[in-house]
Amino acid sequence: MNAADWEWVLGIPVLVPFVGAALTLLLAGRHTAQRIVSFAALGIVLLDAALIVRLSLDGPVTLDVGGWSAPVGITLVADRLSALMLLVSVFVTLCVLVYSATQDLGETMKLPLAVYQPTFLVLSAGVSNAFLTGDLFNLYVGFEILLVASFVLITLGGTRDRMRSGAVYVVVSLVSSVVFLVALAAVYAATGTVNMAQLAIRLPQIDPGAAHVIQVLLLVAFGVKAAVFPLSAWLPDSYPTAPAPVTAVFAGLLTKVGIYAIIRTQTLLFPDSELNGALLLVGLATMVVGILGAVAQNDIKRLLSFTLVSHIGFMLWGVGIGSDAGLAAAIFYTAHHIIVQTALFLVSGLMERVGGSTSLVKLGGLLRTWPLLAALYLIPALNLGGVPPLSGFVAKTGLIRASALAGGALDWTLVAGGLVTSLLTLYALLRAWNMAFWQPSSEHVDRPRVPATMTGSTAALVAASLALTVFAGPIYRYADEASRELSGLSAYVLAVLPDAERGTGESHTETEDGASAMPTPEAVAPLPTPTQEAGPR
Amino acid sequence: MIEMAPSLALLVLVAVLVGAGVVLVLERSLSRIVIGSGLITYGVNMLFLLAGGRAGLPPIIGQSEVDEMADPLPQAMVLTAIVIGLALTAFILAMSYRSWQLNGNDEVQDDREDRRIAIDAARDVVSDRVTDDSGATLDEQAATVYDETEDMPGAEVDDR
Repeated sequence: MNAADWEWVLGIPVLVPFVGAALTLLLAGRHTAQRIVSFAALGIVLLDAALIVRLSLDGPVTLDVGGWSAPVGITLVADRLSALMLLVSVFVTLCVLVYSATQDLGETMKLPLAVYQPTFLVLSAGVSNAFLTGDLFNLYVGFEILLVASFVLITLGGTRDRMRSGAVYVVVSLVSSVVFLVALAAVYAATGTVNMAQLAIRLPQIDPGAAHVIQVLLLVAFGVKAAVFPLSAWLPDSYPTAPAPVTAVFAGLLTKVGIYAIIRTQTLLFPDSELNGALLLVGLATMVVGILGAVAQNDIKRLLSFTLVSHIGFMLWGVGIGSDAGLAAAIFYTAHHIIVQTALFLVSGLMERVGGSTSLVKLGGLLRTWPLLAALYLIPALNLGGVPPLSGFVAKTGLIRASALAGGALDWTLVAGGLVTSLLTLYALLRAWNMAFWQPSSEHVDRPRVPATMTGSTAALVAASLALTVFAGPIYRYADEASRELSGLSAYVLAVLPDAERGTGESHTETEDGASAMPTPEAVAPLPTPTQEAGPR
Repeated sequence: MIEMAPSLALLVLVAVLVGAGVVLVLERSLSRIVIGSGLITYGVNMLFLLAGGRAGLPPIIGQSEVDEMADPLPQAMVLTAIVIGLALTAFILAMSYRSWQLNGNDEVQDDREDRRIAIDAARDVVSDRVTDDSGATLDEQAATVYDETEDMPGAEVDDR
């Protein structure tokens, strides 16, 4: 397969959900038609993501949007890391969409528009854009697209609780975006570009002090989005109030986009970073403080939100080690965690529906009511805690191995912290299992009818987490290759900028006979502003 | 060659905008937060323009020399940022209106857990995990405290 002929597939994960969102808005009021459009859009993107993974095996694929070439135009890049993240995230999004298909999320209320489906698709487009972009400013745009969609979803219905938690969420997100924008201004002032491949070349050449400021600004901005410990207080308060499918997709994807951005910038822009020690310490704090919060909770959704914060620390740990092995473990961990955490939130939605509450004190006896649900909860719970042979165990072993190879005192502290966190995760989740499923229920509850779509999609996610275990070997090898590709970075830079430093400087508009229309000499001059003829058709 | 150093007046303006914005965002009322976030966004947009380099002639080939052109890229990026800022402002305004509908004010409510802890503290409820605490307030404890001086030789031993 020649990658150059297939580069257009990179545009689909961003474009198709947007078109779908527009269509679903037009179809407002016709719920079945809306759902068909949403499923079709995400189904196409899922197939496309699989194709992108296949393409990325032969090296990074790039698409110059609108035919404007790299340093000037916007470039979409899919290397192994982006492709894997894209595939997992689209799969999870589709599962959650199926889960929510038979729920009424404000669609039958007397509102001028049914917003759930369109917003959901916009969220998916934003996430895909953030994963695929090769341009820091476009990353900012991707973040904003998914954030604005998430604002709508988290305040869905406008109840008092959701307005309260939404206010905190919106303001915190806004502040982190502003920090990101300041970082972008600093990047542009220092290097004159926001193209990540070009930044990879130019950042090592500038004053190291300035580069450090930029790095810290970026880390703070992404840290808020990823809910890294000192910046994570907003998450456990805002996520639990949203409807279960919304919380599930947020937990699976939004924080992981932050983690993806950290991995991408740390490996591409700041290799051999001096901040790795700090990243390790922050990761340790995130793990331990997060899980201590989870242990103290009596509400299943809040408990899961705290485990989400805690397990972000594991991914930071992998990045902070700074070796290929650490990165590979972090990548595998991220893929595993997206699936498992989403599955747990979906299960908590089922528990709420069956037991009528999310409070562990009020829930009880669910094992007798619905044994399948107990299994659906137990498998991801054990997986998150890292019980062998599940994928969480594989990922954690990878992290511990990478730390042991690094072998410093701090690395061993991280190993100890990780083990303690895993045990506490198990404790918190199994205590919740005991309270919700095992302890006798105070009164007899009849099991309400649960639509097959909800159970089915949850089961699909749990099955996916098991598949991640069964195929852990090939997937781990893939993550390994991805991390080597990240630390190699020349492949990425060459894919985006074929002529190294300056790029070709020409926007390729192919004519009928396949020959490239040459830009005028002025267009390649210091400020590459393509003339009308060389511009996009 | 055109002057490259950024203008001090504009930098001061950025500082004032962002500073005032931060003060407003720290308020409780959502409508003030809207204004504050607007000020911060515009301050940062201005900073972005400043970071984009010197001012210059319109970047149109044939109309001005390449050396004298302004860099159009930061302007395009700031335009995008302005649009995004507008969308966010609209959303927070809608939220503050909804909040006013629900509560009669547009103040950001306390975090639920913070409030629970605060209420517990005010009621002086002691967490049931702390088993060595009788639950008595400080004054009650002070009243029943054992006085060592009564234990001195000659004093009658209080056998509690």
